[in-house]
Amino acid sequence: MNSMTLALAACAAALLPSVLMPLTPQSLRRALMCMMLFSSGVLAMAAGVLGLVQPDVATTLPLGLPWLPMHVRVDALGAFFLLVIGSLTAPVAIYSQGYLRHEPRIGVLMIFLPLFVLGMLGVVIADDAFSFMLFWELMSVSSWFLVTFEHTRAENRKAGFIYLLMAHLAGLLILGSFAVLYAAGGAFTFAAMRSAELSPLWASVAFLLAAFGFGTKAGVMPMHGWLPDAHPVAPSNASALMSGIMLKVAVFGFIRVIWDLLGSGDFQWWWGALVLAAGSSSAVSGVLFALQQHNLKRLLAYHSIENIGIILIGLGLAMLLAAFAHPLLAALGLIAALYHTINHAQFKGLLFMGAGAVLHSTGSRDMESMGALIHRMPVTAACFLVACISISALPPFNGFVSEWLTFQTALMAPQLGGAMLTAIVPFSAAMLALAGALAATCFVKVFGVVFLGHARSEAAANAHEVDAWMKLGMIIPAIFCALLGLLPVVFIPLLDAVPVALLHISLADAVHGQGWLWLAPIDASHASYSAPLALAGMLLLGGLAWWWLHPAGGRIRKGPMWSCGNPHVHARMQYNATSFSQPLRRIFQGVLQADEHVHTERPVHALLTRHVRHAVHVGDPAVKWLYQPLGALTLKLARHLHQAHQSSIHAWLGWTFATILLLLAVFT
Amino acid sequence: MTGSFTLQLVNGLAALMLLVSFALLAQHRILSVLHWFALQGVLLAATAGIVAWGTDNHELYISAIMTLLLKGALLPWLLWRAVMQLHVHREIEPLMNSTVTMLMALAVTLFSFHIVQPIEQMSALITRNSMAIATACMLLGMLMMITRKKAITQVVGFLAVENSLFFAAIGATNGMPLVVEIGVAFDVLIAALIFGLFFFQIRTTFDSLEVDAMQQSLREDDEA
Repeated sequence: MNSMTLALAACAAALLPSVLMPLTPQSLRRALMCMMLFSSGVLAMAAGVLGLVQPDVATTLPLGLPWLPMHVRVDALGAFFLLVIGSLTAPVAIYSQGYLRHEPRIGVLMIFLPLFVLGMLGVVIADDAFSFMLFWELMSVSSWFLVTFEHTRAENRKAGFIYLLMAHLAGLLILGSFAVLYAAGGAFTFAAMRSAELSPLWASVAFLLAAFGFGTKAGVMPMHGWLPDAHPVAPSNASALMSGIMLKVAVFGFIRVIWDLLGSGDFQWWWGALVLAAGSSSAVSGVLFALQQHNLKRLLAYHSIENIGIILIGLGLAMLLAAFAHPLLAALGLIAALYHTINHAQFKGLLFMGAGAVLHSTGSRDMESMGALIHRMPVTAACFLVACISISALPPFNGFVSEWLTFQTALMAPQLGGAMLTAIVPFSAAMLALAGALAATCFVKVFGVVFLGHARSEAAANAHEVDAWMKLGMIIPAIFCALLGLLPVVFIPLLDAVPVALLHISLADAVHGQGWLWLAPIDASHASYSAPLALAGMLLLGGLAWWWLHPAGGRIRKGPMWSCGNPHVHARMQYNATSFSQPLRRIFQGVLQADEHVHTERPVHALLTRHVRHAVHVGDPAVKWLYQPLGALTLKLARHLHQAHQSSIHAWLGWTFATILLLLAVFT
Repeated sequence: MTGSFTLQLVNGLAALMLLVSFALLAQHRILSVLHWFALQGVLLAATAGIVAWGTDNHELYISAIMTLLLKGALLPWLLWRAVMQLHVHREIEPLMNSTVTMLMALAVTLFSFHIVQPIEQMSALITRNSMAIATACMLLGMLMMITRKKAITQVVGFLAVENSLFFAAIGATNGMPLVVEIGVAFDVLIAALIFGLFFFQIRTTFDSLEVDAMQQSLREDDEA
């Protein structure tokens, strides 16, 4: 039993439900789909773990074009992403069993959800450009069906259109970068592309095409326009997969093409600087816009942009350090990025599942109509809290470890090239810190508005806890978050195979030198972190505080919350999502360009106010300044072309004449 | 002596061809367009005859006679008949004012002299100067198709393009093989007959011979 067998079995398990769908009676569809998805997830995880510890396995499948059979290979990088995909697919499969209980159109999901997973699995094991693109498009197109699942709403169809458009644009750019590599390597297999010799110019062309292609799919600012629209409208289990792992597959593609095929030896310094800049801007702007949302799933979608930015900061630092020949630090940056990849998959998947659970029981995505759900949905609230702490990069959970490693990479970076270049590293670290702080603010808002306080609507007051399947589906990633946070010293050596393959350097000794308790990247004299000790310290402090506040024998009295002595507490008196983020909206007004209106009704007298209405609209500047002008330009050109098609015979003759003249002028 | 004399003659005739092309473009009446078109056919026949005489190629004499009969007489007569039957011998309404057209024609002529230069330097034929003129005439024929409204003048433009191609063929290759030439001649004849039929059809369908009218009618069909 090797990793390849397991990976192919995972693919087969993902393919099976869509093939069997027409033969399955409606009542069995949900169970069969979830079971197969779960097996696929577990098999992918097993393949991933095996692939990380075993040597590479490659084989050729009797599928594909006659002269180009499909090459597949499980190497360290692919194995790691198999692990990422599997570790979220399995809990999401369990969750779906509960979430889709009352879904009449299960047949559609039974085809496209497993196909989507198959596409992602295929991308990470593909070993030639053809199979890669095939699975990539399978992933993009089948997820489009998930985005437009509720296609009766015009807003979802619009989101689907933008999604498909951007996915195709990304596909085109990636195809372009493969074309460059193919021209240099002479074959479609990755082995040939890896050994291709590219001139610096063509390598840069391939880099830019791949960076923009995968960046579009990963939702890097400013190519993120599709993401905040597409993620919220998909069913929550699908958005958990899309945000949790599809964006990671784009990160995988980025590493595969740029680190593996182009090769870390060929990095030019500005590549890393560009990735670092893109990462920093995505991290900060993603979280800034997330803060201003009140649609829970849209808020989480913006946070995906932020986290992709954090991953890119790690990758960009690593690329910059690799270009200046500091392979050990580069390996640390790469590990930080990869660790954040699996962390984000876990906590973002969990957050989307939690949002789905809330949506399931209150029927709303709008945070302004939630509140006090912690009493009605305690398990969901606890899992959601774990994810909130993780994404806010607070110990002892996993988000802290990866962001801390990213910081360490930035702080340990030595002098690089010129002063500007040296300055960009601490600048990006500052951006990362800002993003982390803002993310914490944002999740205080989310958790406070959704789960604490008073219920803001009838539906929230009557909410009920979700069923055991959904609870289990959320508990598993919460446990993963805790484990990844508490035992980084166990997991990081597992990841070590990736930098060994890509940078030919091992970080295991540098990390493991201090024993299992302390995580000390590279040199313990700089910095070290022990998650178990941190947890113990927190528990101790918490216990002491509890003991001090509630001395033995003291009575606990429950009263109305936040009443401050006023007995008439109304749900509308509390902070809501918009008011909580108001100070930050003021501070960052320059970036956010929020449209704020206060309308006061004084029908009788100037001193007698009857109603005050406050409306805030925060659009996305990228949409306003980039997408809409581009869209308008395209439409204008199309209209002109249409008119040209309708014009007279004379105009056609004129065009023919002009073409002849042009050709004569050029080719003589 | 024959060589240089023939060369002089061919160059002279080429200049006349160009002049006729300009004249075709400058005409305002359909009947005079047809006269000039006939003259172009005659000039073409004369060129063929002279080249035949200069190169001692007997087949080219037959070709010259065919050209004279077909392009100097039959085609203009067919078109003239169509014009008479359709009562369209009024003034032509040009799409562009004629001064601008003439200026464009001038530019196009200069352009063709410019682009033919590399070919002229390679060619060892006696008639190599005529290449530029043939190209110019061809482009002028196209220009005529673009700037005129009536279907008949567009057909004349098309036939003028064909004439210039023939002229280029004589100039560049000392005449094509007779079989080819007969084939081409019949093609042109049949094309002219078909065009003639089309004129009647267009007239009965659209009540006008102006291409814009067809456009208008098609657009209305689209919208309906």
